[in-house]
Amino acid sequence: MAIEINKCVGCADCVVACQTENDVPIGYSRDWVVEKVKGYYPNIFLHFETQRCNHCEDTPCVRTCPTGASHVIEGGIVKVIHDECIGCGACIESCPYDARYFHPDGYVDKCTFCDHRVEDGLNPACVSVCPTNCMHFGDLDDPDSDISKLIVKRDSYTLLPEAGTAPQIYYLK
Amino acid sequence: MEEQLLVNTRDIYGLYPHVHVWGFPIAAYLFLGGLAAGILLFATIYYLRGKADEMPFTVKIAPIFTFLIIMVGLVLLVYDLHHKLYVWQLFMTFRIESPMSWGAWTLVGVSVFSLLWPLSYIDDIEAYLHERNWRRLDGVTNFIRKFIHKWKIPHFIILMFRKYRTFFAYILLILSVILGIYTGILLSAFNAHPLWNNSILGPLFLVSGVSTGSAFVMWLSNNKKERALMSTIDMVLIAVELFFIVHMIMGMQAGPEAYKQAAHLFLGGEFTVMFWVVFVGFGLVLPFILEAMEFKGFHIHPAVPALLVLMGGLVFRIIMVNAGQISEYPF
Repeated sequence: MAIEINKCVGCADCVVACQTENDVPIGYSRDWVVEKVKGYYPNIFLHFETQRCNHCEDTPCVRTCPTGASHVIEGGIVKVIHDECIGCGACIESCPYDARYFHPDGYVDKCTFCDHRVEDGLNPACVSVCPTNCMHFGDLDDPDSDISKLIVKRDSYTLLPEAGTAPQIYYLK
Repeated sequence: MEEQLLVNTRDIYGLYPHVHVWGFPIAAYLFLGGLAAGILLFATIYYLRGKADEMPFTVKIAPIFTFLIIMVGLVLLVYDLHHKLYVWQLFMTFRIESPMSWGAWTLVGVSVFSLLWPLSYIDDIEAYLHERNWRRLDGVTNFIRKFIHKWKIPHFIILMFRKYRTFFAYILLILSVILGIYTGILLSAFNAHPLWNNSILGPLFLVSGVSTGSAFVMWLSNNKKERALMSTIDMVLIAVELFFIVHMIMGMQAGPEAYKQAAHLFLGGEFTVMFWVVFVGFGLVLPFILEAMEFKGFHIHPAVPALLVLMGGLVFRIIMVNAGQISEYPF
């Protein structure tokens, strides 16, 4: 996934779309919006970042899961099998992005990149609902995909690369 | 200057302002696991060195407690799970990369052996109690013996255990080392928390656990030689522990920014007093001094340094669990 930070207006539509699409319980959210302010007056810069699970390439959550409930599906999406999760919290502790939480039913829940929509050839709910089209979704393994070209062309950064997780969400400057 | 604000509400249990999904039950379990590992380590080592009759408390009596300690720990662990009914999923697989999976399987082995070990010594335990005119527990030992002899299978298992005790002692020795070290490696496997994410934590937890084990034996044994030996071992272990602690903080201080911030929790941050005064001061240095004074001829009741070491072990784990969750990569 690639997100253009200059286009994001922080409306949190992605958050609401996700909650509706995935029946996220009230008070919980799988994605969230952060407002980042940098600099000193009068040189102040502000941008919004919509954040969620980074579907890392080097997944500490999958590594520390004692039952194998956390796993990576074909294509690189990180998911949790609810019936195999014992709710120990190891994956929550291991995620530097705080992308996982305990569902009120006990198991651990997180962003799935709406894999049920992706299978049908649709974009994740957050991407398709964005009013400014700031998000792009695609296959990063395919060098000819639109998203791969976009990341090559534009300057980008990832969140906490120093945590060693190889995050797969790129923020385009 | 950089400032961050959350735009939408995200008031999720255990996530804000920082991750806090593990609390006292986990810290208490880590303490109990280390304690049980320490007691079993001494029992197996001194059995294998042929000192079962010289040191009856260490080899025969103390392991009775380990089964109870591990059961309390297991109750705490399951209590802390959020999807409790699915706990059996732990034993449907073995994941070599996950320390928790290692721990779950080790705990099964240790709890079985720590039950069989004292059961196979039931006659010696009774003799030990009679020697001290403690006949109140005769009912219990008789009941256990009857239970063993009533059916063929438990009787056969106990007989086999007695016959091949040396072999099982080697297995239990290895399992108890894994149990002691895994409690530390469990935490150091989380790269999201710089305070936990250092390789010295496994050995540190092992040494601390064995130290609490020796304190436990020292406290409850009434054999003078056993007490003196455990006191000496405990002093060595405390010295090693202090070295590891300094080493751990040095390593973090020389590391990247996130690790320096983690070390700052103990060097002026909110856990400074708890760590240096309560844990290092009252849990390590003071019992070390008291044990040294006892060797010099001062009369100090062994329960005092022993209980201080046990308190220190528990406080150390509470501090590590809580401080570790606060230490995060700065966004």
